[in-house]
Amino acid sequence: MSGILRIAYKLLVNDKGKFAALLMGLTFSVFLMVQMTSMFAGMMKKASATVTNTGAKVWVMDPAVTNVSSAIPMPDYVLDAVRSIAGVKYAVPLYSGGALVRLKDGTYQPVTVLGLDDTSLFGRPNLIQGKIEDLYAENGFVVVDDEEYPKLESPKIGTDFELNDNRGVIVGIAKVPASGLFGIPTLYTTFRRATQYIPSMRYTISFILVEPQSTATIPHIQEEVRRLGYRVLTEQGLIDRITNWYMLHTGMGTNLLLMTAISFIVGLSISGQTFYTFVLENMEKFGALKAIGAKGRELVAMIFFQAAVTGLAGYGLGIGLCAGLIALAKLRVPDYASIITYSNLALALGMVLVISGFSGYIAVRKVLRIDPYDIFRG
Amino acid sequence: METVAIRATGLTKSFGQGESKMYAVREVTFEARFKEMLYIVGPSGSGKTTLLSIISGILRPDAGQVLVEGVDVWGLKENALADFRLQKLGFVFQDFHLFPHLKTVENVAIPLVLKRRPWGDAIREATKYLEVVGLANRAELNPTRLSGGEQQRVAIARALASGPDLMIFDEPTASLDGDTGRKIVDFVKREVLTEHRCIVVVTHDERIYEFADRILNMEDGRLLQGKGVADA
Repeated sequence: MSGILRIAYKLLVNDKGKFAALLMGLTFSVFLMVQMTSMFAGMMKKASATVTNTGAKVWVMDPAVTNVSSAIPMPDYVLDAVRSIAGVKYAVPLYSGGALVRLKDGTYQPVTVLGLDDTSLFGRPNLIQGKIEDLYAENGFVVVDDEEYPKLESPKIGTDFELNDNRGVIVGIAKVPASGLFGIPTLYTTFRRATQYIPSMRYTISFILVEPQSTATIPHIQEEVRRLGYRVLTEQGLIDRITNWYMLHTGMGTNLLLMTAISFIVGLSISGQTFYTFVLENMEKFGALKAIGAKGRELVAMIFFQAAVTGLAGYGLGIGLCAGLIALAKLRVPDYASIITYSNLALALGMVLVISGFSGYIAVRKVLRIDPYDIFRG
Repeated sequence: METVAIRATGLTKSFGQGESKMYAVREVTFEARFKEMLYIVGPSGSGKTTLLSIISGILRPDAGQVLVEGVDVWGLKENALADFRLQKLGFVFQDFHLFPHLKTVENVAIPLVLKRRPWGDAIREATKYLEVVGLANRAELNPTRLSGGEQQRVAIARALASGPDLMIFDEPTASLDGDTGRKIVDFVKREVLTEHRCIVVVTHDERIYEFADRILNMEDGRLLQGKGVADA
């Protein structure tokens, strides 16, 4: 670190009271911004849980489908048509629907039932207990051991239960990368059993999962599926569509934007004002430096360095505070939907840099106008 | 060797415009020599500080010329002027203007740091200047923990650190009691004034006039000729 920046650093951090005030403002602001965006990211991860857990590269669906939980069934011929497209290695149906499980005390617990292709069981979860082939056994279901698992009274292999007036038996326990958004347990079974147990319309295929022969064939497959009048999205495309739908059509996006903007404004105003006051109180000293022979660019470097140090320290503390509180919250509320993503971090860093840049800029304007003559005049 | 450190010619500076125009310095011409402690004295508002600011490259005059060691100060561009102040001048401000949140030795090191000396070297050299002013044992303290006299000496050490040919003292005794003020100026005269250095002191403290080699008396922006001007 060059000497002049070292002096700037010492001037900043040795003034403990003001430095603490600056850090508090920025930490609070970063905490709020990251907390807001992390909650949204967590909810979106959960909203796209089925997509992530299934792992299909290409998804075919009715054009009106906006998210996995509101699937619109498609006729069987669509599956046949998709299978006949050049470049499709294989295509399988997926059923996604809701059902009610009757618990031992007589109460009902809503569940999400995913019906996997009977032939391939494509999209199967990783089992931690049991064998996936046992899904073919009579009334076989696999339960996902996630945050919602206790809501089904933590069933073991062999536990039987009642689902929509049908008997079900747990044949396996699975782990999946993400649990659902609405706090509902997930059960896997075969496509055929799902459509038998759960009342449905004439059409039964919620999604068609496509494995392309290669990535290069995806555009052709998409083109052909569109001609059929159906929507086709890659895995990431579907996740983006779900995210956009929640963001733009549910009010969640607006609330997130508002809270993030408020956090940014709070940070900007607290930090900007505190930093400006800090510089104002050191104005005579900067004037003395100028009189001694410091050049304008050196004073500018000092001030922006101070603003950057404050910004980055506040950023680190804010992230740390947010991560700590999320970890704490997850200890108490297992399905607490909040994850800090690289995008969240980058967004918060960008905003912190804007705050620091703004604070530095208004301070620099003042410092560059100092007339060392005022130092002599007292 | 050139014996004239400062040659000021026809310096004039006014503030305001129209009817409110007021001359702070009018047609001031003087010379200051090396190994000379030159006092500029006069009542408040007489233009001493303005004159000091002009000769030290801080306040641009309306008219006139300042040559320091033959260099036309006001012919320099902004960055060159800053370099000139850093290389040639040492300031001791009336209120010292030490940084309270830096250690004493770090305060003294500031001119060296501005000269791009590595931090470690700057601190070592600053410690030597603190030894010169007898404050090596206070190097690690913050200036706020020093007495007024000690702070003044730290400010002198900081001014010395840039190795200046010309030192500017603005009211050096204003913040000190009489005895301490006299001791400080005596120290400056004995230890700081050298063959190749000129010291200009602005003051109206008559108790330290005895240390002056020469006194220029100002009133209403003009140097008084005859009255009050003396070779001490």
